[in-house]
Amino acid sequence: MKASPKKVIVIPCSGIGKAFGSISRDVTFEVTENLRKETTQTLCLALLVSGDQESLQLVRDNKCITVDGCPLQCAEKNVKYAGGKLAGSFRVVDVYRENRHLKLRSVTFLDADGQKMALAVAERIGKRVDELLRDE
Amino acid sequence: MMAESQEKKVGIVSCSGEGCVEGTISRVATRLVLEKLRPNETVTICLPLFLAGGKEEREFARDYPTITVDGCNKMCAKVATERYSAKPASSIIITALTRDWGCPKLGSRRKLNDEALAVAGKVAGRIAEEVDEVLKRWV
Repeated sequence: MKASPKKVIVIPCSGIGKAFGSISRDVTFEVTENLRKETTQTLCLALLVSGDQESLQLVRDNKCITVDGCPLQCAEKNVKYAGGKLAGSFRVVDVYRENRHLKLRSVTFLDADGQKMALAVAERIGKRVDELLRDE
Repeated sequence: MMAESQEKKVGIVSCSGEGCVEGTISRVATRLVLEKLRPNETVTICLPLFLAGGKEEREFARDYPTITVDGCNKMCAKVATERYSAKPASSIIITALTRDWGCPKLGSRRKLNDEALAVAGKVAGRIAEEVDEVLKRWV
């Protein structure tokens, strides 16, 4: 789980109760496996909070972007609590408010509207990653 | 995560780990139990909220039986449930099951392949059996 100095760590809440949490997870995979796969990576939020030393070091040594489904912002809270370098915080619910025509019905497997929403959030995060790396 | 105080409900706590495909399987299997197999007997507990100090989540896991579903042997869901609420009534580890079942090619953590979906279905069945056992023991 080692990161190069230029990696940005993208951490979703992966909340399981609503579609927003599933979207936060898909956003993270879209960024780390597709849009910015060379410059980002993710980690297990639950492992981080359980006190795993390698995960703690990773969020303290690298800039982090959190992706939360809902306004409770559990990923952001937990990264702050772990002493991580929080450099960006995104909420799916905010992007949803700008895209209310998308109907987010499915939690287990994202449908087409859920995937569109995930891509919209992922593109914003990709831009934020570029800004962070330019600043270094 | 709502349950009336007199209702018999079992809480399912999934790790939903982002680091490996088994984390995705833990999540999908949990959702299958909630939506299809035991919708009236189970609720889920949002682990990130639980970890962030969610009062209602922690009280539920203290007062009601839980089943933890972890992707790997780090067992983050089980450890957190024990640390902040109470010992789970039962614990499932996906990697232990897939080793026993012989499932070497589970594919991507983002989109489960057919084999991984089949595993998620089998895990969901196992969780449902555990739910039935917990309810049988409920006094």
